[in-house]
Formats: sequence, C-alpha cells, structure tokens
Amino acid sequence: MFKNKDKYLSVILVSPSILAILIFVYGFIAWSIRVSLSKWKGLNPDFTWAGFENYVNLFYDPRFHIDIRNTVIFTLVFVLGSLILGFLMAVMLDQGLRGEGFFRSIFLFPMAISYIVTGVVWRWLMNPAEGSRMSGLNLLFTSLNLDFLVNEWYTTPYWGIAAIALAAIWQMSGYTMALYLAGLRAVPGELREAARIDGASEVEIYRRIILPILTPVTLGVLIILGHTSLKVFDLIIAVAGKQLSLDVPAIYMWQTTFDGLFYARGAAIGILLLISVAVLIIPYIRYTTKMETEL
Amino acid sequence: MSKKILYSLLAMLILTAFVLTACGSAPAEPAAEDTTSEEAEVEEVEEVEEVEEAEEADASEVEVFSWWTGGGEAAGLEAMIEVFNAEYPDIEFINAAVAGGAGTNARAVLATRLQAGDPPDSWQGHAGQELIGTYVAGNQIQSLNEMYDAEGWIDVMPETLIPLISYEGDIYSVPVNIHRANVIWYNPAILEENGLEVPTTMDEWFAAMDTLQATEVIPLALGEQWTQLHLFETVLLGSLGSDAYDGLWDGSTDWSSPEVAAAIDDFAKVLTYTNSDSASLSWQDASQLVVNGDAAFNVMGDWAEGYFRELGMVPNEDYGWAPVPGSVGVFQFLSDSFTLAADAPHAEGAEAWLKTAGSKDGQEAFNPVKGSICARTDCDPELFGVYLQSAMEDWGSNTVSGSLTHGVVANDSWKSEIDTALGLFLIDQDAEAFQTALLDACVSSGPCQ
Repeated sequence: MFKNKDKYLSVILVSPSILAILIFVYGFIAWSIRVSLSKWKGLNPDFTWAGFENYVNLFYDPRFHIDIRNTVIFTLVFVLGSLILGFLMAVMLDQGLRGEGFFRSIFLFPMAISYIVTGVVWRWLMNPAEGSRMSGLNLLFTSLNLDFLVNEWYTTPYWGIAAIALAAIWQMSGYTMALYLAGLRAVPGELREAARIDGASEVEIYRRIILPILTPVTLGVLIILGHTSLKVFDLIIAVAGKQLSLDVPAIYMWQTTFDGLFYARGAAIGILLLISVAVLIIPYIRYTTKMETEL
Repeated sequence: MSKKILYSLLAMLILTAFVLTACGSAPAEPAAEDTTSEEAEVEEVEEVEEVEEAEEADASEVEVFSWWTGGGEAAGLEAMIEVFNAEYPDIEFINAAVAGGAGTNARAVLATRLQAGDPPDSWQGHAGQELIGTYVAGNQIQSLNEMYDAEGWIDVMPETLIPLISYEGDIYSVPVNIHRANVIWYNPAILEENGLEVPTTMDEWFAAMDTLQATEVIPLALGEQWTQLHLFETVLLGSLGSDAYDGLWDGSTDWSSPEVAAAIDDFAKVLTYTNSDSASLSWQDASQLVVNGDAAFNVMGDWAEGYFRELGMVPNEDYGWAPVPGSVGVFQFLSDSFTLAADAPHAEGAEAWLKTAGSKDGQEAFNPVKGSICARTDCDPELFGVYLQSAMEDWGSNTVSGSLTHGVVANDSWKSEIDTALGLFLIDQDAEAFQTALLDACVSSGPCQ
C-alpha cells in the first residue's frame, strides 16, 4: 500500500520533465523527420510528400561529399591527437612530480574556454600570410629558423580542416588527461609491483596492464570526443567563417536552412547528423548501463 | 496599538486620494455638453471615426526591425529616427534591431517571428529579389505602388532601378540608401611607379596585373569566400556587359552559353593574380592591403571607402577608384530598403515610417552618416564627400544593374546555390563543372526551366 503511494508520487513528480522531453526532444525529432521528407523550400512551410528525395540528393551532392571527407579527417586527427596527448600528459603527471596540481590546472584550463574564443585566438596564431605580413606561429617559426614548419594552416587545400583540429586538440586534450589521470590513480600499485617483480619493463607494464585496465576510460573518451567532433560548428566558423573548403554537415545545415531557405534539405542533414551521433552513442549507453547493472 | 491606527489612517488617506483623483477627471467630459448640440454631434462622429481608424490602422507606435546596431549604420538610423520623431511626434518609434553583419542573425530571427505570425510593422531587407523571393513569395509584405505615386518617388529614382525592385509591376520596398558593388580600388602610387593607367577593359586589367606580377606587390587583394562571390559577379558584369548580365537573372541569357564560359575563364584568370592567404582575410583586411601599399587593386563595394576614411586615408592620394574594368557606365547597386508588413499591427505608423524613409529629409539625414548615397537622385551633393559625390553623379546617369551577392538579382535559394557552386570551383578549379552547377542552380531556384 505504502509502496504504491510512493510509486504514484514519483510518477507525478517526474512526469513534467518526461512530458517536456517528449515534446521538445522527441516531438521535434519527429517533426524534423517529417520536414526532411517534404518539399519545404522558402519561408512558408510546405509539407508536400517528397519521400527520401532530399536524402538521395545529398548523397549525390558534391558539397556533402566534402562535408563527409572533412568530418572524417577532423574526427581522426582530433580524436587520436587528444587521446595520445591526453594520455601522455596523464602519465607524466602520474609520476608524482612537484607542482602536479599547478600543471593539472594549466592543462585543464583550455577546456573552460568556449570554442569561439579558442577559434579567434587560433585564427590569429594560424595566420597564413606571407612575406612582410607574416604573423602568429609562422612568424615564430621563421624567427626560430624553423622555416620548414611554416605552412598555410587552415587554408591548405584538402587538409586544411586538420589545422582546425589542432585548435580542438589544444582545447580538449586537458580534459582527456583529467579522465586518464583519474583512471591511472585507480590502478592498484600492487599490480605494477607484481609485474616489475616478474621482470616486465615499464613500457610493457603500460601496454599489457595499464592500458587494458583503462579500456573503459578510453571508450568513454572516444565517445565524448567523437560526438563533439561530429557536431563541430562554432570552432570552424570562428577560425575561418563560411568557406566551402572547411565545410562540415552542421555548417551546411545552417547555411542551407537559414541563408538558402532549403528547410527540407536542412532537416535531412540534421537527421543524418542525429543518426551518426546515435550510432556512436547508443551502443555505449547500452554497454555502460549493462556494466552498471552487473555491478 | 498606536501603530495600527497610524497604518489605518494612512490607508484611508491613500484611498481618499484615489477617489478624489477619479472625481477630478470626471468633470472634463460634460464640458462638451455646454456647446451647441450640433457641434457636439459632429465631434461625436469624429470620435467614432477615430476609434474605427485606430482599430484598422494603429498609429500609436511603429516597430521597425533592422540589423543596424553598430557604427555608421546605427548612427544613421538614429539620425533618421530624429527626422521621423520631428514629423510624427505622436508615433512612438520602437527600434527592434538585431546585431549581426549583413543581417545573418537578424534574418533568422525575423523568419521565426513571421512563421509565428508576429511580424514587425516594417523591416529591413536588401532591395530586390532577396526581399521579393522570400517575403513576397511568402505573402508577408504589401505592394507600395500607391505610396510611390502619392509621394512622387517614381520621378526622383532612376528609371532602371524600379524594375529591379518590383515584382509583376508592384514595388515592394522603399530603398533608403544605395551602395555600389562594381568598384575597383587602387593604390595611385603603385600604379604610377609601374607606369600604369587605370584599366577600363578586362584586357587592360590583365596587362596591368601581368606587369605587377613581376613586382613584390600583390596585383589584386582578395578576402574570404563571400568577397570572392562579390568579385565573381563584378567579373561576370565586366565580361558579359550589362545587357547579358541582366539577362542571366530573368532567363534571357543562357547560363550554358560560350559567353558565360568565357566569363568563368576570365574569373579563373583574375584569381591567379590574388594573394595566397585570401581565405583568412576579412573584406577589411583585403581592402586595407591596397591603402597600406601591399596590393595594387581590390574589388569591393563602396562601403570600403568609409573604412578607408576611418583609417585616416585621403581620397585620390592614398586610394583611387574606378568602375570594375569592363563595366564603365554601369552602376551595379545594392540597397537597404524597408517593407510594409502584410498584417502590420500598426499599419498607419508603418506608413508614416516609410514616408520618412523615402523622403529627402530622411535620406539626407541617414546617408552622409552611413557613408552611402541616397536612393533619390535629388539629394544635396554638398552633404557628401568627394567619392560619394562621384557615385551620386554615376547613380543619376549610368545604367543600373543589380548585385548578386547583396540580394538584388537572385532570391536567397538561388544565391546560396551559386555560392556553393563557387565554393566548389575554388576547391577543384573545374570550370566546366562550375558552369554546369550554375545552370543547375538557375533551373532549381531561378527562372530557367
């Protein structure tokens, strides 16, 4: 009896937020799907059925091909870069060096900045101007006689998007470090000692013992970084503005919807983005909830 | 206890004050009864009429939506509001401006308001197809033909302008200012050093830039993608001439013709004279290269002149100007204009605002501050600087063509498809694919069927 009352109360208390999520998340997802299957172009809604036309057109759209290529390059460089750099910084801080707290804060600080600020700063750092107008990193490299490092950064044909990923690595590697550091601290010291007694080298200890133990951390980091990189938008706009060579699906969606009034096409891109993020996240959520219930 | 009494007294006092003021206003009404009954009747009728008008067309206020929030634009708007307040002291002006360059943010906000059925009374839009393709097609604004006739605007605006801001014979907005898109800015000292004349044709321009290519100087300064679209439209105009260029937008010039192919080749050739870091420069950065002596030429709209002045540069000394080669005698314009909402909540206020925006006083207040010329041809040249005076002269005498980048000749969808085609061309340099994409854009969003 008592238990039932509790149940009712909890349902009543939770229902407003469930209702809000139903309307504002799932309701609008459904509405976007409907728009993406329509012929809506221009200011006034037009729900004429178009089937999968918008999706099919996107797969033949050369601009969308560039978006996919850029997203793949960005994701690879950004995720791998942040993982490797974050892990190395975590290992370094884990050695018990002096002033650990100080360095930890310094490495973590960039995460507190918004992508827009990062973008503005890196836009200046990665200035590709030549000759007397040279500035930023290129000027630094020249004055250090490291001329071979001078490059066109984000204006490089084809690979320019990787330069944007550098700025993103700068921002997110500290966060990766924090997650790894927490993971490293949880590795029992006995395991390392036992391995050392068995004659394992330090490199072997990391490869065969610590990294496998940290697999859940790596997976979590991969998911978090992966889905942010799929949705990257503000950083690119802040560094380079609207340029097709640095286009990604989120920018295409925004431009085509609000500049070009192709609402149906914009909705189709949005749904494709949603699906790609869902493919990444849903298995992870299922995996973690399964782990939690097993514990 | 004594405190309680004090509070009750205070409350009583306030109550009496209310009652007294209520009585005080009452005796004013019966005053009309003192006059003869005939007069009272007339007054009553007038009052009824006023009430009816207020329901139909509220003139108590006007909400005007724009993206003029900073610099000379905001100051110009303030100056025009002053003129408005002096003419219509009873109408409250509500300035609903949303920040963001060229209105990118403002237009998204406006679209949301219109879809929600909550339009401002009047809003800013680039004159021409950007406005017509979006708001006329969406039945959101009213024709202003009657106002043009009543105010005599037809006679004071260039004849070739009217068709560019009309749709099926109806004019839908009041242009407040005019900017010129086809201007080439040059550094007079660099041209003189290299013994060059200001080019007037494409061939002369290429020859001049060939000479400059051999020097340290950048022949043509260029900025980010939208400035490249701006360059493209001026090269199209210069290469095709104004008749064929105008024909691109009404379907009478074939996008797949060899002439367009030649224009694309010209554009590709022009790009070979530009700086390698164009993608990282704003339009200000690119224009500044000319006055700093790093570059000889830059193609940009005449808002660049306001920027040069801000930098303390002297016209005809630090910078010179000419029409883009091949487009001499053509004024490729763009304009900010104001509309009348179809369901304007305060229609009468909105009409008053539009009358001010189209008036000589209003335009003379706005334009010298904003750094543009009047859409009217009868503004006083004395109010303007030396460049703007020359632009006014051309505005009154040249053939008027419209800008693509700034919304005159193509609707938003078409323009965005052209922008995408250009972006792809900048990546792969495939001229044939570019021309096909331009034709596709015209078929999908323009008049080509």
